[in-house]
Amino acid sequence: MRSWRVLLVWAAAAFAALLGGCAQQQEQVLTVLAAASLHEPFEELSDSYTAETGVVVELRTAGSSGLVDQLENGAPGDVLATADQASMAHAEQAGLLGSAPAVFAQNHLVLVTPANNPAQIRNLDDLANGPTVILCAVQVPCGAAAARLLESAGVALSPSSEELSVTDVLGRVRTGEADAGLVYITSALQAREEVHIIRIEGAAEDPNRYPAAVLEAAEHPDEAHAFVEHLLSEKAQRVLADAGFAPVNDS
Amino acid sequence: LRTLPAGAPPRWVLLPALLGTLLILLPVAAVLTRLEWAELPALLTSAAAVDALTLSVWTALAATLTCLLLGVPLALLLANARFRGLAVVRSVVLLPLVLPPVVGGLALLYTFGRQGLLGGAFHVMGIQVAYSSLAVVLAQTFVAMPFLVVSVETAVRGLDRDVLDAAAVDGAGRTGILRHVTVPLILPGLVSGAVLAFARSLGEFGATLAFAGSVQGVTRTVPLEIYLQRETDPDAAIALSILLIGVAVVVISLAYGRHVRLAER
Repeated sequence: MRSWRVLLVWAAAAFAALLGGCAQQQEQVLTVLAAASLHEPFEELSDSYTAETGVVVELRTAGSSGLVDQLENGAPGDVLATADQASMAHAEQAGLLGSAPAVFAQNHLVLVTPANNPAQIRNLDDLANGPTVILCAVQVPCGAAAARLLESAGVALSPSSEELSVTDVLGRVRTGEADAGLVYITSALQAREEVHIIRIEGAAEDPNRYPAAVLEAAEHPDEAHAFVEHLLSEKAQRVLADAGFAPVNDS
Repeated sequence: LRTLPAGAPPRWVLLPALLGTLLILLPVAAVLTRLEWAELPALLTSAAAVDALTLSVWTALAATLTCLLLGVPLALLLANARFRGLAVVRSVVLLPLVLPPVVGGLALLYTFGRQGLLGGAFHVMGIQVAYSSLAVVLAQTFVAMPFLVVSVETAVRGLDRDVLDAAAVDGAGRTGILRHVTVPLILPGLVSGAVLAFARSLGEFGATLAFAGSVQGVTRTVPLEIYLQRETDPDAAIALSILLIGVAVVVISLAYGRHVRLAER
């Protein structure tokens, strides 16, 4: 019996220590929810933000609509950064935002083929004549952008698969399971060793805009505002440009 | 409770058992509360939903048939054969039961994909497996086969050897015994195995997505449609989910209801 009691006391002590640890940590950790395509530059930007302010950033990346879904269901967070304005508008309508969204980066689609370009694709028109083409489904941001682009180019094609994320499109192309795909320039650059990248005329003129905002339920609103400011700084814009994002024009 | 036999469990098991039931029941009930029931017919008759349902039903039937054609002989062999490595063969056949379906999908891709082991051979024959409905059937067969094999093998092992011996003494050939004695006797196990394989095929998601891709009417089955609609039209996703829950309830009562009744007898 005594050993049970001893164990219980130890367990209680450990639990209390754990709680204390959490509470202490909570005072300085900023939770940033960001679109999956932002993962790599945001890791670097979080580090530089921490170096400047001493505030530790916990970065959580996922598909934009998935993030908004999580927030609607009560997930905690201080800053939200999405891959398109539609997801951010959804978050705004749901009353999740504590500040007006600010666009901090732009991204656009490019054509990718396997490195040896087996179907000899040169432009969008070549996609219509039978090669295996993979797109994103129109329900996700990269698919909506692809549909816009193909429509304005007057190209009608039947994709072999409509994936749920841009990384799935890239995966099928880089493994040679498809002849071509439409992906963001930023994703294409991450796989530049394995894929052949073809720029599309007019794509950069019709970009996806990436907005960021402070969340209504933010535990650290001041730090969150500072983080959004940080995204617009010259230094941050350079990091984003290195990842392939186009800078925003302050007009 | 007073009339429970001596081997009955202690009363305290009631609480965890109840919690276990709730853990499963509550989420299912939660889905039901999310649905606008008045909109159900409209949601289930949209072009995308009808295409997904049609595709799901015929691919799952084709996969079940393939499972029967390949799985029953396999089960007969596993139940009767005695050779070194039998245990290994059985483990391999059961692998899809414990493997994450997405791993199965990747494995199929590395086998039947364009760059896959057999991709070149199929390409020569002018057949492209990946991105086709055939890929969906293959993925479903891969994950559903063990359900049929386990069910049939158990049934065959439960057979009364004397009956089979008697048939042999009467001069029946092996194929004759299989057709007129074994199959009728294992029919309940065969049916419940086939029903489970059909249900597993209908619910297949990971292997299909990784291997077959997703195009309306060709490869986008109901589970893939649910996952896609969740992004933009949660109501449509919920309506299809409820349909699958309904099918699952029917399937379980078909496949297991009989066993429970037999055991109670």
